[in-house]
Amino acid sequence: MIEIRDLSKAYGGTPVLKACSTTVAKGEVVVVCGPSGSGKSTLIKCVNGLEPFQHGSITVDGVSVGDPKTDLPRLRARVGMVFQHFELFPHMSVRKNLALAQIRVLGREADEADARGLRLLDRVGLVAHADKHPAQLSGGQQQRVAIARALAMDPVCMLFDEPTSALDPEMIGEVLDVMVELAREGMTMMVVTHEMGFARQVAHRVIFMDHGEIVEDAPAAQFFAAPASERAQGFLARILHH
Amino acid sequence: MNYHWNWGIFGEQVKGGEETYLDWLATGLGWTLAVSLTAWLLALVIGIAVGALRTAPSRPIALIGSAWVELFRNIPLLVQMFLWFFVVPELLPQEWGLWVKQDMPAKEFVTAALCLGFFTSARVAEQVRAGIGSLPRGQRDAALALGLTLPQTYRHVILPQALRIVIPPLTSEFMNVFKNSSIAFAIGVMELTFQARQMQEDSEQGIETYLAVTLLYFICAFAANRGMAWIEARTRVPGLIARTS
Ligand SMILES: Nc1ncnc2c1ncn2[C@@H]1O[C@H](COP(=O)(O)OP(=O)(O)OP(=O)(O)O)[C@@H](O)[C@H]1O
Ligand SMILES: [Mg+2]
Repeated sequence: MIEIRDLSKAYGGTPVLKACSTTVAKGEVVVVCGPSGSGKSTLIKCVNGLEPFQHGSITVDGVSVGDPKTDLPRLRARVGMVFQHFELFPHMSVRKNLALAQIRVLGREADEADARGLRLLDRVGLVAHADKHPAQLSGGQQQRVAIARALAMDPVCMLFDEPTSALDPEMIGEVLDVMVELAREGMTMMVVTHEMGFARQVAHRVIFMDHGEIVEDAPAAQFFAAPASERAQGFLARILHH
Repeated sequence: MNYHWNWGIFGEQVKGGEETYLDWLATGLGWTLAVSLTAWLLALVIGIAVGALRTAPSRPIALIGSAWVELFRNIPLLVQMFLWFFVVPELLPQEWGLWVKQDMPAKEFVTAALCLGFFTSARVAEQVRAGIGSLPRGQRDAALALGLTLPQTYRHVILPQALRIVIPPLTSEFMNVFKNSSIAFAIGVMELTFQARQMQEDSEQGIETYLAVTLLYFICAFAANRGMAWIEARTRVPGLIARTS
């Protein structure tokens, strides 16, 4: 589904990604972890073309992201993305947040988009809040709306960039529950997170990044049992210690 | 002071004419409103477009936006007024220049409205650019990630938020338009200041004249202020704490 080959990227002169390669198969859940500044966000933003890259290639569902001929908006419409700070549109009601791209990008009728939006809100347990504005919701609720908004586009895969790291601890669970359910239904997911509980529960593979490199790319069980590299061992020890 | 006060002057007829001084001031107010409102409309449309262009990812486009802003904000308004009136018609192709000079209807009004509109657009553009810059970058990413094109992202996500943020600074720009419109008298637009000078010379009641005109300008600027406050209240986003700037 997602194929990343020899991906390199630099900001000015500083390399941020160095020859990263990996693949995410259909229905697979891959967790990406690593220290701050290691390039995790940059990597998944390259997948839907939000960040340009200089070398290598990425294909998503057979479409090459870096090809100048690729219709990026059309590709992005099929790749859901969830951000650390939710990024709901604050000036629109929850309902309109869900309907906007369905109408403007997919060309759905307003009624149809609204109905689809409400169904997904129901799924994340928030139909009662459809007419509120984002600022009237808690962080956990906002993130669940953001997931529903991405799902409303019927994506072929989902990207998550630290979806729970801006949340108060008591709200992390409600968001992870939605993600676990999504994973169990067979959604293809690439998830940047430090929630190792989530990784153990649903991840097929774990990618560990450091200084712009993919240091380790292993089946989840193997990664947790015995990380091959010292850097990953150190990282795991630090993060599981909390 | 030996000044002879006469508050009844406004009802009196002007020397050698049928109208009263009040009629003169009313005409003046009419032209002031016409110039100011036309200029403001122009300034909003151009200013929002140029402000948005200045934040575009493409360098050449952003540069065109900067050039526009620098051009209009670094030349005194009065000089701009004269440039538009005396110089620009000479630079046009000969036939157009001739038409502008001889046949263009309401030539002074059109020139003044264009000049003030362009001048103000540069200031509006700066505010809009700052407003866009203050939004979290994630908003643009989120809109693009949903498949919206860049123009759609501006139209539905970035501008609606940026414009709400810049209503307070735009309020003072709107008030400035009324005040700056007085410069139009220099090219012969019969707006308030023009009429005031004429009335003062004609009636020799300068104090009453300028007090009345001051009050009229004050009312215009105040109405602009209230109008913007009304818009701000109408567009307030539920749940967001009002940002003070
Ligand atoms: N716009 C930018 N300009 C220059 N350098 C950048 C830019 N964005 C990111 N970087 C640099 O790229 C590197 C990787 O950043 P990235 O955000 O991908 O890291 P990350 O692994 O997601 O970190 P975090 O856990 O803090 O989110 C960092 O060193 C960062 O300083
Ligand atoms: Mg990051």
